[in-house]
Amino acid sequence: MLDLVYKYWLFFLEGLLVSLELSGIGLAMGFAIGWAVALAEVFGGRLASKLAIAYEELIRGTPMIVQLFAIYFGLPMLGLERFQAACLALGINSGAYQAGYFKSALEAVTRDQMDAALSVGMTKLQAITHIILPQALRKAIPAWSNEVAYLPKYTSIAFLIGVSELFHRATYVAAKTFRVIEVYIFVGILYLACITALTKILDVVYERVKVPD
Amino acid sequence: MGGMREKVLEVVDIWKAYGSLQVLKGVSFDVRESEIKVIFGPSGAGKSTLLRCINMLTPPDRGEVFLRGESVTRARDVHKMRARIGMVFQHFNLFNHLTALDNVAIALRVVKKLPKAEARRRALEALRRVRMEEWASHYPAQLSGGQKQRVAIARAIAMEPDIILFDEPTSALDPELIDEVLQVMLDLARDGTTMLVVTHELDFARAVADEMMFLDSGVIVERGSPEQMLTSPKSERVKAFLRKIERLELRRRERLARPGV
Repeated sequence: MLDLVYKYWLFFLEGLLVSLELSGIGLAMGFAIGWAVALAEVFGGRLASKLAIAYEELIRGTPMIVQLFAIYFGLPMLGLERFQAACLALGINSGAYQAGYFKSALEAVTRDQMDAALSVGMTKLQAITHIILPQALRKAIPAWSNEVAYLPKYTSIAFLIGVSELFHRATYVAAKTFRVIEVYIFVGILYLACITALTKILDVVYERVKVPD
Repeated sequence: MGGMREKVLEVVDIWKAYGSLQVLKGVSFDVRESEIKVIFGPSGAGKSTLLRCINMLTPPDRGEVFLRGESVTRARDVHKMRARIGMVFQHFNLFNHLTALDNVAIALRVVKKLPKAEARRRALEALRRVRMEEWASHYPAQLSGGQKQRVAIARAIAMEPDIILFDEPTSALDPELIDEVLQVMLDLARDGTTMLVVTHELDFARAVADEMMFLDSGVIVERGSPEQMLTSPKSERVKAFLRKIERLELRRRERLARPGV
């Protein structure tokens, strides 16, 4: 395997960077969408919360590959490049799952916190930003780290629309060298290492921001 | 006695139903400057709902509340009125992610827009009044129930409200922690704080209340001075209720006198 690594390390490294970029952008987009959707569900009006729930159900109820193809092939008017389409699909998909985590975190901040915030004269918006969100963000971290563990792996489906990420490159090297098992084991190890590192970082963050409970 | 003092709070004919359950059925009273009024009555009488209607945490179906003549119930910016009405909850409701100091300071910063240093100074002053300044950097989870409630009181007084509403401030506390909270409330009373207190602490009522109101099934059944209410109530319901409270009180004292039982 070492000779393979030696020969293709730069090729794989570039692919890994693309995968990590997809992960980072997808997670960040999903984070923004997730909070917006969760807040709409918990604090929004009837229409906002219905729309939020519909979005969550639509995304969670359809295969990610369908979403990816729908965006890449189905929305040519957007004129998205492969990488952009993959980012958008990952963000929209992850957003629905993150919304679920954030919603549970918001609901874990009990109603009495909102009562107290309102009683000292905060507006609902001030109560959400100063009292509810800081607590919900902390509570969301353990569940959110699941998403951090899932998404980098799911970026591999971007290869299906021809994004040259890690998995795509693995299929190429495997086909070229016929050393299929070795190539996929090596790539698997790369995914494993990244995800382990990321979740460890999150554990540390969680410990740092934790307040006595 | 308070005839000449300004009305701080006027509660006019408040009605509230939850579904088909009529919780409040036309409650009216007022509280004047530096007055202390105590509301008591059985659970489910509507006491908490009444307090929540006063600061619009639960908007009433009918009726109106005025704070120094301004309508709270019809206020365009109800949060501005709430900033002038303190509230102390039965379960403290401290902000779990903030230290004692920040629990008190945050509204000064966010609502009163005070600079950080000034908010901190005032928050420390409020904590001093409830004898909690040494605990300023502790989180709620690190405090006892009595300490939490004192921080909650500091949070309310730091805003310098026109009136403070207390919703059974000692009923979630272990018996040995009740006195430290009552002592703080007595101090506030003596400093002239206008207070509306839902409580079954009859000694507190006897010591400082200007008037006691007995709320049952959503109506004020009887009202009068503590002297009159506690010694010679007119209504049978009040009499029966007072007997029950006194029995509970006695049992609590016995428990306190024999720790470990």
